[in-house]
Amino acid sequence: MIKAEGLVRDFGRRRAVDGISFEVRKGTVLGFLGPNGAGKTTTIRMVAGFLPPTSGSVWVKGINVAENPVAAQKGIGYMPETTPLYGDMTVAAFLRFLAEVRGFSGAERESRVDRALERCFLQPVRNQTIETLSKGYRQRTCLAQALLHDPDILLLDEPTEGLDPNQKQVVRDMIRDMSGERVVMLSTHVLEEVEAICTRAIIISAGKVVADDTPAALKARSARYNAVTLSATGAGIAETLAGIPGVGKVETLENGSIVAFPKAGRSIAGDVLAAAQEHRWKVADIKVDDGRLDDVFRQITITEDTEKMEVA
Amino acid sequence: MNEAASHVLAVAKREWRAYFDSPVAYVFIIIFLMLAGFFTFSMGRFYEAGQADLSGFFVWHPWLYMILVPAVAMRLWAEERRSGTIELLFTVSVTPLQALLGKFLAAWLFMLLALALTFTVPATAAYLGSPDMGAVVSGYLGSGLLAGAYVAAGMFTSALTRNQVISFILAVVIGLFLILAGYPPVTDLLSRWAPAWLVDGVASFSFMPHFETLQRGVVDLRDLAYFASVMVFMLFATQVVLKNKVGR
Repeated sequence: MIKAEGLVRDFGRRRAVDGISFEVRKGTVLGFLGPNGAGKTTTIRMVAGFLPPTSGSVWVKGINVAENPVAAQKGIGYMPETTPLYGDMTVAAFLRFLAEVRGFSGAERESRVDRALERCFLQPVRNQTIETLSKGYRQRTCLAQALLHDPDILLLDEPTEGLDPNQKQVVRDMIRDMSGERVVMLSTHVLEEVEAICTRAIIISAGKVVADDTPAALKARSARYNAVTLSATGAGIAETLAGIPGVGKVETLENGSIVAFPKAGRSIAGDVLAAAQEHRWKVADIKVDDGRLDDVFRQITITEDTEKMEVA
Repeated sequence: MNEAASHVLAVAKREWRAYFDSPVAYVFIIIFLMLAGFFTFSMGRFYEAGQADLSGFFVWHPWLYMILVPAVAMRLWAEERRSGTIELLFTVSVTPLQALLGKFLAAWLFMLLALALTFTVPATAAYLGSPDMGAVVSGYLGSGLLAGAYVAAGMFTSALTRNQVISFILAVVIGLFLILAGYPPVTDLLSRWAPAWLVDGVASFSFMPHFETLQRGVVDLRDLAYFASVMVFMLFATQVVLKNKVGR
């Protein structure tokens, strides 16, 4: 449904997006991840037909977006990062305007607006002026706008940014409900969000794709994946663990727990348990790590610049 | 109705409502009418002149529009760019041309409404004497076209910046140029060094000769074409600016 090939976008001399390619099929919730300034928003804007690419192309449902934005945009619902809204309008008037632009009139327009209000839980504020709304309602008004015409493709640029945890949950549930037959592409730098709702994650850094996989597979790339944390008393635990063939590294934490990291691709939980039984350690707690997305994220997105920044 | 026309209409309706949903429309109309009345009756010595014609009314319009129309037009794109709603507008299958036509129509119609509310002035003239109604009608036609040209220029400067104040000032300067281009102070300044064709060329940009013929009751196709071409040129320039600036 979305196909990007060699997307490049320059702003003056700065290259914001540097040859991004990907393809997304129906039913996918794609998380577009990256540090701030990695080119997430620029890429989404090119998919939405707001920015023409410097080179490369995007096709949405087979339509080249830069060549025919009007036709391509009919199948797209887009929620920009800044959630722009006409502040002087009421929520209902705003949605009515966009429904009209989307080509609906009369009773059809009203029912579309009502449905969008309902889906985004905006009924209580439908006649309120947008500039008086709280951040959460503004976000949902912008989302409602993107749903008016039941688009096959939803582009959501940081849909939960600035929301409180309850509101985040509401928006995430909505996104999950909406996926189904659609493509949802959402950008975020919140990793828990990707774990919670995405079926696929693309990580970009400095304008390039650096990883493209399912969230679970990405987590498996973490050094902590299958690491075993052991709280136990006994003699020579660390030494014994280090002697197990699959174990790469052993660390002792401040609270006395010992962490054994496996060598790449090995599973060591069984061996650790066997060692504990054999040596009669008193085990208070044992945990197997399923990897941390933020480790992977850091591992693959930290560039020289950010390293320098952190040192300074 | 085809899609392009419905887009233009939807945008125009939204802009129109934006004027009336805020105090802008009411403040503007009241000030416009007060100033038009003040200039006509006090400065223009309408009663003292003893003539039932409206030259003392129309002659002030270019100056009124120069200050007031930019205030109506400055919001059109600058606000859209500042608040980011332009990103919304241009990702819902609306083209820049459709959007700018819609905005132009709304702002121009708003000015025409304000102009129509000055009907009390010709009514007074008709009550006191018998003005040449043909000249009144063609004067209104000229003033309406003049307003359209100013709106188009104001919309152009509004597209240039996300700052409404800058847009306002630029529009006033363009308006001032279009008024003064044909006046001796400007032509004299030019004729000292510029060749005659350039002086004539600059002078021919001026609103004034075209507006004056219409005020006298002469509807000349060339004057109508002049105003139409100013509007088309400004709208075209706006479109070029929008296409180049969007998203940057």
